[in-house]
Amino acid sequence: MTTLPDKSAAMEDAVAAIPDGATVMLGGFGVPGTPFALIRELVRQGQKDLTVIKNDANEQGMGVDHLLASGQVRKLITTHIGLNPRAVAMLNAGEIEVEFCAQGILAERVRAGGAGLSGVLTDIGIETELAKGKQVVEVDGRPALLERALRADVALIHADCADPFGNLAYVATARNFNPMMAMAANLVIAEAEKLVPLGGIAPDQVHTSGAFVDRVVELQSVSEEYGVVRR
Amino acid sequence: MSDAKARMIARAAREIAPGMVVNLGIGLPTKVVDHLAAGFPVCLHTENGMTGIGPSLPPDRADRNLIDAGGAYVSPVPGSAYFDSAASFALVRSGRLDLTMLGAFEVSQNGDLANWKIPGKFSPGAGGAIELAQKARRVVVLTTHTDRAGQPKLLQRCTLPLTARGCVARIFTDMAVIDVTPQGFALREIAEGLEPEQVIAATGAPLCLPEGDLPRF
Repeated sequence: MTTLPDKSAAMEDAVAAIPDGATVMLGGFGVPGTPFALIRELVRQGQKDLTVIKNDANEQGMGVDHLLASGQVRKLITTHIGLNPRAVAMLNAGEIEVEFCAQGILAERVRAGGAGLSGVLTDIGIETELAKGKQVVEVDGRPALLERALRADVALIHADCADPFGNLAYVATARNFNPMMAMAANLVIAEAEKLVPLGGIAPDQVHTSGAFVDRVVELQSVSEEYGVVRR
Repeated sequence: MSDAKARMIARAAREIAPGMVVNLGIGLPTKVVDHLAAGFPVCLHTENGMTGIGPSLPPDRADRNLIDAGGAYVSPVPGSAYFDSAASFALVRSGRLDLTMLGAFEVSQNGDLANWKIPGKFSPGAGGAIELAQKARRVVVLTTHTDRAGQPKLLQRCTLPLTARGCVARIFTDMAVIDVTPQGFALREIAEGLEPEQVIAATGAPLCLPEGDLPRF
């Protein structure tokens, strides 16, 4: 009988594979599912000129905000940054480029990238400013926008549970963009709150097959960034 | 909250029919759920990836991994389901969402909605609003009738960038219930203590009045 390969890695080594200028997908929708520890390590290592793809810009002092504060982000592809005043100010000051996407269309562009497709055709955003500059394709007599697939050099994923092969399971609304992003990058690095032996996640409970994942990092502790936000 | 706003929210709750799949937008719409009776059969959906939303929880009782799309901590109910955000918007775009209730900066008499951007002042991105407005089977708006400066939010044409065209079916305000019809805005119900002339004066487009008595809420 064969065994599945072991992809467990040290956080520092896994993140060191990210070069300057990389396009980086970050899982998460608000706090749940955001890979805070991997982001912290990326800030510590200081890779520059990054294009970041994430649903939102977190809140000030959290997650993506650390990358913005350290000046590591050139461009953000996102759906909503309203909870992070620094992101809004940097956009207004021209310090970062921001490409806004409709939320479900961002999910579909990433999904298409992960599925080896060129893009998706949709009427979402048609006749609004989100349609500007996008190719219009007629399908069955109706206009549709061509939304190009998104792939990244690296995806940073947060899972509740992983095994050494990289099979991942998410919990509750921490799933969000993680499963699509875990399929859409050339290098997929997953952090997990629990690392269990092979077979420790029942096959039916695996949300992302380890075949999509390149590195697995076990979190030694779950920092307060992952906790309940008291507003 | 003013008494008129509270009555608007209570009135809007009656828009939800048993069996519906419903998405309540951030702000006033999320309060509508407080007016549904215990045991009322409805499936509440949120964009990040959940059906079957239960009551909101205070921080000391919250699950750190369980929020709605507005970032509020919520609870599950028996029968809740979690899924990824692509599946969540598949539900919206494919016509499975019976009703969404959204806030608004402006609504035009043909049902155009502007609720995501004030150029030069507020440009945070639309999140999921475009898909909700464009694809929910029925889109209703909850809003104050006028803005903070007292200017009408119901207009002949929107001045702000649109979220979606011709999407709004009904508007609940602190003054009235108004439908968007092929003939423009039609007054259906009026708040206690108001006269139609006051609603007409606060509306930036012609308002059709029904024949006979106006129901009060």
